Amino acid sequence: MLGRTLREVSAALKQGQITPTELCQKCLSLIKKTKFLNAYITVSEDVALKQAEESEERYKKGHSLGDLDGIPVAVKDNFSTSGIETTCASNMLKGYVPPYNATVVQKLLDQGALLMGKTNLDEFAMGSGSTDGVFGPVKNPWSYSKQYREKRKQKPHGENEETNWLIAGGSSGGSAAAVSAFTCFAALGSDTGGSTRNPAAHCGVVGLKPSYGLVSRHGLIPLVNSMDVPGILTRCVDDAATVLGVLAGHDCKDSTTVQDPVQSFILPSLTDVSKLCIGIPKEYLVPELSSEVQSLWSKAAKLFESEGAKVIEVSLPHTSYSIVCYLVLCTSEVASNMARFDGLEYGHRCDIKVSTEAMYAATRREGFNDVVRGRILSGNFFILKENYENYFIKAQKVRRLIANDFVNVFNSGVDVLLTPTTLSEAVPYMEFIKEDNRTRSAQGDIFTQAVNMAGLPAVSVPMALSSQGLPVGLQFIGRAFCDQQLLTVAKWFEKQVQFPVIQLQEIMGDCSSVFENDLASVSLKQ
Amino acid sequence: VVEHLERLALVDFGGPEAVARLERAVAVADRLRAVDTDGVQPLESVLEDRCLYLRSDNVVEGNCAEELLRNSHRVVEEYFVAPPGNISLPKLDEQEPFSPS
Repeated sequence: MLGRTLREVSAALKQGQITPTELCQKCLSLIKKTKFLNAYITVSEDVALKQAEESEERYKKGHSLGDLDGIPVAVKDNFSTSGIETTCASNMLKGYVPPYNATVVQKLLDQGALLMGKTNLDEFAMGSGSTDGVFGPVKNPWSYSKQYREKRKQKPHGENEETNWLIAGGSSGGSAAAVSAFTCFAALGSDTGGSTRNPAAHCGVVGLKPSYGLVSRHGLIPLVNSMDVPGILTRCVDDAATVLGVLAGHDCKDSTTVQDPVQSFILPSLTDVSKLCIGIPKEYLVPELSSEVQSLWSKAAKLFESEGAKVIEVSLPHTSYSIVCYLVLCTSEVASNMARFDGLEYGHRCDIKVSTEAMYAATRREGFNDVVRGRILSGNFFILKENYENYFIKAQKVRRLIANDFVNVFNSGVDVLLTPTTLSEAVPYMEFIKEDNRTRSAQGDIFTQAVNMAGLPAVSVPMALSSQGLPVGLQFIGRAFCDQQLLTVAKWFEKQVQFPVIQLQEIMGDCSSVFENDLASVSLKQ
Repeated sequence: VVEHLERLALVDFGGPEAVARLERAVAVADRLRAVDTDGVQPLESVLEDRCLYLRSDNVVEGNCAEELLRNSHRVVEEYFVAPPGNISLPKLDEQEPFSPS
């Protein structure tokens, strides 16, 4: 049952094949078994079971709230959850219990979803490995997959298996790992420079970044207000669309959400792609791109072509400046956003009583890790009076050029862009930590963050396994507010490539009951 | 500059590596100079073509002082307690090592 898609399980719940409580308990048990992944910071067992009870009542009376009623979900720990500790994987917020729910969390709860827990991340969502949080790094479930382990057996190696596990990607690595390991059916991430799409690609799941302005940021602890969006991680494209349908829409508490009437996100099953125009940005073919990912990218392009779509090379000339621009804008906004953490009203507070400044400084030194402090300091540098024009304003101008690059390409008749999501498949943690966070973020975000600058929707879809048995995902980028079209194309692609299911039975011991295929057919016509 | 930044950010560098990291970040940022941005307006928001949504000015929620005060470490009645605000950070060479007072 846990291996099913969200919609299949929803149908099973409606038909009474399983109860929300049974489903909840299975997921909780799996979370315990996969604790070593470190995907969860907080497991909200009591809350989830109570929600399951309420959901069960509703199903008994035939009054289910919708497709998400009784469905286990997880939420990244930078979304505020009322009554449940929200830490952003930082000492600054350890023990902080928000008095309110983020709008997207509230929307999930209003639909009857069961909150399994808060997932692990890089501290304050800064990073692309989920390795820099105070609760430790997240391990990629694929490190323990049969597919990966079999390939490793074929190679001679001397190191201890246990220390050679792979990163989950970041910064929403916990959410991606939670979905990938079947502990929930959907998870919320956040995406500022690729933080949902990157771990999705590394963990072999679907990672959607909606258009900026489509989904409310109220309650999402902000990093870069002009680029952040809540992200959605699921095991298939249809599930992501289902969740987006629940989350999208204007929120009066977030004035950066648009007021357009919300369109339906039910995805048609595309059979004819001959009217589609796929753009391949040539600047994304960088020397650092692994040959395997490159060849899968080509294969995907040829797939579209062979099915009748028009596939053309396009140019996004300012691509190489994107990372630089992001460095300046991100750190500048971070400098401002992190200023709220002074220990006075919430969060960590040090013992200094001498003066407010001394207290703030010590609190912030104790509360933030090196990465966060580094970004605050860089950001403050770029917004110094003498630097403001040359760095911050300059970066904003370059941002417009980058956004215009996309506008021009879409105006020339391209429907969707196809690019890699990451430079390579997931690397071992021991490799990853050899370089500092900024370098790794620059590498990890290289294909993803220009999308955040332009506010466009994008989705990473797992395509195939690498020669090492690890997932490789490709990214589709769509026009602003054309999320439905984007997902429709992604769904077609997903069906064509038939990405394999992760085989985790070995390390989960006697979990065979978790994956048994019910003989009774589950009708999806609801 | 280092001292100035530490004072503005109220976050300390913590050592020469952090300064080196900042220098590297600035060196990377300098690459922006190569881009010709003559006549280009800064982009503040991708939604700049839309009108910002404004709510009507009615009080619809609030009265949650107790809930909010609960999250603070130092509270007296309905006040958050802060140390004196008119004392500025000592200069770097005047600073004593931090110790709980």
